[in-house]
Amino acid sequence: MGSLRGAVPETATLQPRQRVLEISLWRRTADYLATGFAITTVILVLAPLVAIFAYLVYKGIGSINISFLTQIPKPPGEVGGGMANAIAGSVVILAIASVLGVPLGIGAGIYLAEYGRNRFGDTVRFVSDVLNGVPSIVIGIVAYAIVVLRQKHFSALAGGVALAIMMVPTITRTTEEMLLLVPNVLREAAYGLGVPRWRTTLSIVLRTATSGIITGVMLAFARVAGETAPLLFTAFGNQYWNWRLEQPTAALPLQIFTYAISPYDDWHRQAWAGALVLIILIVSSVAAVRYVVRRGTLGGVA
Amino acid sequence: MGVGIQVDKLNAWYGKSQALHDISIKVEANHATALIGPSGCGKSTFIRCLNRMHETSPEARVEGQVRIGELDAYNGTSPTQLRRRIGMVFQKPNPFPTMSIYHNVAAGLKLNGFTNRKHLDDIVEKSLQSSALWEEVKDTVHKKSGASLSGGQQQRLCIARALAVEPEVLLMDEPCSALDPISTGKIEELIFQLKEQYTIVIVTHNMQQAARVAEFTGFFLLGKLIEYDKTEKIFTKPSDKRTEDYITGRFG
Repeated sequence: MGSLRGAVPETATLQPRQRVLEISLWRRTADYLATGFAITTVILVLAPLVAIFAYLVYKGIGSINISFLTQIPKPPGEVGGGMANAIAGSVVILAIASVLGVPLGIGAGIYLAEYGRNRFGDTVRFVSDVLNGVPSIVIGIVAYAIVVLRQKHFSALAGGVALAIMMVPTITRTTEEMLLLVPNVLREAAYGLGVPRWRTTLSIVLRTATSGIITGVMLAFARVAGETAPLLFTAFGNQYWNWRLEQPTAALPLQIFTYAISPYDDWHRQAWAGALVLIILIVSSVAAVRYVVRRGTLGGVA
Repeated sequence: MGVGIQVDKLNAWYGKSQALHDISIKVEANHATALIGPSGCGKSTFIRCLNRMHETSPEARVEGQVRIGELDAYNGTSPTQLRRRIGMVFQKPNPFPTMSIYHNVAAGLKLNGFTNRKHLDDIVEKSLQSSALWEEVKDTVHKKSGASLSGGQQQRLCIARALAVEPEVLLMDEPCSALDPISTGKIEELIFQLKEQYTIVIVTHNMQQAARVAEFTGFFLLGKLIEYDKTEKIFTKPSDKRTEDYITGRFG
């Protein structure tokens, strides 16, 4: 810059140069302020997350050991035991919820994006947004009424149904939005090759939007994985091993809740450990799904 | 081999507005026919009626008769049957972004249920050769995604994709409007070779392009086919005043 300025006649540059300096001072200040503001907000957003995770590790890591991961709870007041049955129960309940909720949500999303430009579609959109806002405890009551009362049992199945109902609206709306992002020219390219509409939707549109849809599914999954309220009177909890879907089943959030409000120090420690395990479970399954999907998509290219 | 196209009294609407008025035209087999005219005159709508793509737009409607060879496009033929015999190349290159070059070309066959690996390999190579892309991509057909190619290459990939289903007619909707002059030159050369085997209908905004590649030219204005004749005649002694005004640049 300096050499360039020297090339311009002195008289022509004297006054403007002063103004340039003034402006650049103000602009630099504004730039610093704006950047500073942006960084501050990022820190404010990330701080709680980091704090929660750090505190969980601090409180919980000491209580995670082999017996915590392999044993079932000891009777009240006795020290030791673990949450193995609750970890397994959570996995089972989340598997049921995903098997029921993911296809339903994606299917509804496909309908809304590809065929739903009508009054029925608008109704589905509205209902799904309302469902998204229904308190989770209410969804628990619904699952209680339609599954538990009929079976006359608390059960893993009822818990899975409750969580599935919670997953559906999120998955539906993100699927719809991701499919609408797929450019119409790709649909036309497929139609132009004589590919029927259903095949175009499945093999071209859905495939193009896969990574976005997976994000929606994982968001919904992560959200319901930590839900306690809908499980209170559906899965109910269990102090022992249970592998039968129609029987009351332990789940990590329930176990954490029970232990956290108990009067025993050892149970408090285990509640912290349970919370840490729950978070690790969620993070690792989200990461695993992403990894598999990314490899799968690249595999399609290779 | 290409087949001729016979269109009788074709009318098309978007909702209430009529986009095409009583178009009748006879397109010669194994020749290139160019459609020219100002923006919004109905050229694109017209070729989208030939493979029944028009009706995929909301509230679109068509009346009239279209015959592709012996096939009556709007009577007793399903859109998918029809489109398997008519390839289409669009204005903007639109390769499938999640697929490799190979799978882009094979897409039409695979999605219609052909899975014989050897057969697919042959067709993919042959189609890429026909679209003059094979030499540039032969080492990377499986490794690279269709979207990673340059714009001109992408458009030739889309042509290969259209050729792979072995159509009789190739519709091109302003295939060069998003390309630089060198890529445009390549595509035009390609059109010259392809018309030995296919009937080509090309919509273009570029009158020189029409003059270069097509034996026949149709001039559209406000949804009507004003004049349709040998390209030479259209560009040297058009019989309609409006055609003359357009090609001499007095409007449009």
